[in-house]
Amino acid sequence: MVRAGTPLEEVERVLAGEGQRLAFEPMDHRVLLGDSGVPTIGGVVASNVSGPRRVQAGACRDSLIGVRFVDGRGAVIRNGGRVMKNVTGYDLVKLMAGSRGTLGVLSEVAFKLLPVPESVATVTLHGAEGARAFEAMTRAMKSPFGVSGAAWLPGTGEVHLRLEGFAGSVAYRAGRLRALLAGPGEVTVETGAEANARLWRAIRDVEALAGHAFVWRVSMAPGAMRAGLRADLDRTARFDRVVDWAGGLCWIGMTEAQAADYVPRFGAADAVAGAIRFHRDLQAEMADPELGGGHATLVKGPEALRAAVPVFQPEPAPLAALARGLRAQFDPRGILNPGLMG
Amino acid sequence: MDMPVPNAAVIAKKEHVVARLAEVLPESAVIQDPAETRAYECDALAAYRCPPMAAVLPGSTAEVAAVLRICHEEGVPVVPRGSGTSLAGGAMPTADSVILGVARLNRVLEVDYDNRIIRVEAGRTNLSVTGAVEAEGFFYAPDPSSQLACAIAGNIAMNSGGAHCLKYGVTTNNLLGVTLVAMDGTVVEIGGAYMDAGGYDWLGVICGSEGQLGVVTEATLRILPRPEGARPVLMGFDSSEVAGACVADIIKAGVLPVAIEFMDRPCIRATEAFAGAGYPDCEALLIVEVEGSPAEIDEQLGLIKQIARRHDPVELRESGSEAESAAIWKGRKSAFGAMGQLGDYMCLDGTIPVSALPHVLRRIGEMSAEFGLGVANVFHAGDGNMHPLILFDANTPGDLERCEAFGAAILKLCVEVGGCLTGEHGVGIEKRDLMGVQFDPVDLEAQMRVKDVFDPGWLLNPAKVFPLEASAGRRAGQVAFRPLLPCGQFTPEDIWSQKKHDETGDGDRAGRGGGGCGGAVAHSGRGHAAGGSPGRGRGAVGGAAVGGGALRAGRADAGGARGHAAGRGRAGAGR
Repeated sequence: MVRAGTPLEEVERVLAGEGQRLAFEPMDHRVLLGDSGVPTIGGVVASNVSGPRRVQAGACRDSLIGVRFVDGRGAVIRNGGRVMKNVTGYDLVKLMAGSRGTLGVLSEVAFKLLPVPESVATVTLHGAEGARAFEAMTRAMKSPFGVSGAAWLPGTGEVHLRLEGFAGSVAYRAGRLRALLAGPGEVTVETGAEANARLWRAIRDVEALAGHAFVWRVSMAPGAMRAGLRADLDRTARFDRVVDWAGGLCWIGMTEAQAADYVPRFGAADAVAGAIRFHRDLQAEMADPELGGGHATLVKGPEALRAAVPVFQPEPAPLAALARGLRAQFDPRGILNPGLMG
Repeated sequence: MDMPVPNAAVIAKKEHVVARLAEVLPESAVIQDPAETRAYECDALAAYRCPPMAAVLPGSTAEVAAVLRICHEEGVPVVPRGSGTSLAGGAMPTADSVILGVARLNRVLEVDYDNRIIRVEAGRTNLSVTGAVEAEGFFYAPDPSSQLACAIAGNIAMNSGGAHCLKYGVTTNNLLGVTLVAMDGTVVEIGGAYMDAGGYDWLGVICGSEGQLGVVTEATLRILPRPEGARPVLMGFDSSEVAGACVADIIKAGVLPVAIEFMDRPCIRATEAFAGAGYPDCEALLIVEVEGSPAEIDEQLGLIKQIARRHDPVELRESGSEAESAAIWKGRKSAFGAMGQLGDYMCLDGTIPVSALPHVLRRIGEMSAEFGLGVANVFHAGDGNMHPLILFDANTPGDLERCEAFGAAILKLCVEVGGCLTGEHGVGIEKRDLMGVQFDPVDLEAQMRVKDVFDPGWLLNPAKVFPLEASAGRRAGQVAFRPLLPCGQFTPEDIWSQKKHDETGDGDRAGRGGGGCGGAVAHSGRGHAAGGSPGRGRGAVGGAAVGGGALRAGRADAGGARGHAAGRGRAGAGR
């Protein structure tokens, strides 16, 4: 249980001293956004920030078990508590996770924790492109070997699969996973604690796209992601990617040159105009029920872009109406992050 | 137990409402004959009953939407119902309500192993979700003990858990999408085969909202690959507190067992007499199960046994074969049935921090002496979700009241040590009036404001979850309430004559306005014995399944298949 303004680093340091950790592995946005400031635990909750371990241990919202917040009327509200299993009343804990301060200001948050495992290993498949990369991640996730991270870095052509637990168990599973991935491409196993920490921090913080001017975060079914973005196929967009969550999460980065190049036949003269066009195409694709749904959020981009597009994926009309109703209840005067989240 | 006075204006237009419902549903899907609506008069909290005005069994999302649109226009309260296995009265009707049963919505719509999801209609039973994917080596993790009978719709409404949730989470952690029909008939698609919400976490707030925000007709669920193997170890201790301390140490050590189950002496003895599982005669025992390859299991169990030895176990028995594993689980799985043999019991569901287990177990023992009622403990210890079973005799005047007071005292203790009133059963009507123990008025107000957004007229499953005083202003036209005697709508004369009937020694306590009523009358969607659902005692629903109490199969919960009243036998579950 922690005050919301506590720096994330302090929380993680205290927990590490007890051999515990936040299972959901929150990213540090400073790397990607190139800004400074101190990430707080409340900010992590308000954005439901979850890293590579999402595929095994769940998101921030799954570890969050209690909140205290002050709503737009000034009411101090408690929900959830200190226990893992709790169905007493409505689950406003989940509602607050990811609501980005639009329903209330978080003052306290409580998490369930998991112990830091004794050992970690990463099984890496080299030289993997598109179909092979997705196939490897899918095969790993369908196995009973408890993969706690599955990412593909198209830039290096590497698929990384993480295993955590007791040393003997990790070694056994690494062997089984290695055999499972047999096929085109070399498979290696990294067991060094430092090397593993570095690798998964880089994936978590999307370091590969730190130099890109525009970055989007896309959540889709891995199968849909595998089929390729329509914006990519139809219009030959150029962008770079980091693929996490076994294909369920795709970070898309565009440099200014790549954005300016997007669909020149639509007359996109400059980078921002290209990014606007791409953003709209991306969100339209997420809204297409044929593709199974998903959402795309603009994470990084200049003010000119942010002002021109809905940063968050627009919701279907009935949900948008519910969202308005919710905000009217918790923030009748519209003082909490007005304009954010639609 | 108070319930709102039924809205006479609604009851007066029953014929009109039923006629309108019949226009949008097949004939067999509208039930309005009082003899037949009685099949829906209660759920597994069988002590409290009230037949609904009508019941409908729509077969598609469109039909659900049509039903809700009509009820919304007519101002008729709607009580959604899965399989009716709620132990908290979550599906109990009011006399002016329409029961909306989703049992006909039971198809598998899509299985996608590459994306590791299954999409089902919400009336599908929990166990049959796993049944649909197990041939490919997958399973659906949440496993409430009523899983043979309970519906995914009810699991979502109550955010159900089970024995495996220590490792795999509860329903909300395994739910990716729903089709929700709002009270006004609007169909909303939320989530899907992808992870996490782009906007507000609608799934998070719908899950566990006890059917008060909308009717879920379809669900996308996460499925997981089966582990390579699993093996339990049985440990006996000479005090409940020591066993509790051992649980806390295991959790801290970094092992993640898939289950840690706890039983105390009264429960062990009852179970031994009933099932003969070969348990040691000791104060408390734990069953700890881990998963993985044989070598991984050896490693984990080695550590667990090492921890256990520090607490001087009187027994430490690791399973050496499938047969031994089955024997270890046999007693635990028949515990509720065995308790039903001892008499009437009330099953509680509070959760506490694991570190508070020794203290709480000691206090429960002390309170047992204070209240003069026996208590047996059998529960999921790993996540602190306790199920104390308070033993009482429904035939002894005042026993039920003492039992309820004891139960309330235990739940207050749970809240006091940092826990909560209910870990997996839900609030329903059962714990509604205790909500003030855990929440300040402003906390409840915040929750009710969420309902205002989804269901401004408070027509969906009204009079549940929130104390009636707290929600009175919102339930327009339903502000008055009167005591709901156990067995609901019987007139005082009925109850009196029923009492007389009992006193003649006939033994049929069903229908009596007291604790004995209906304890052994279990509803079941498909004629399963309440799905083996451990009941709130009162003659023990679980006991009804096992001990020969009466079982009444509700009509047509199972997609129109007609079960029939099996009659009411002697209550008390085979006492």
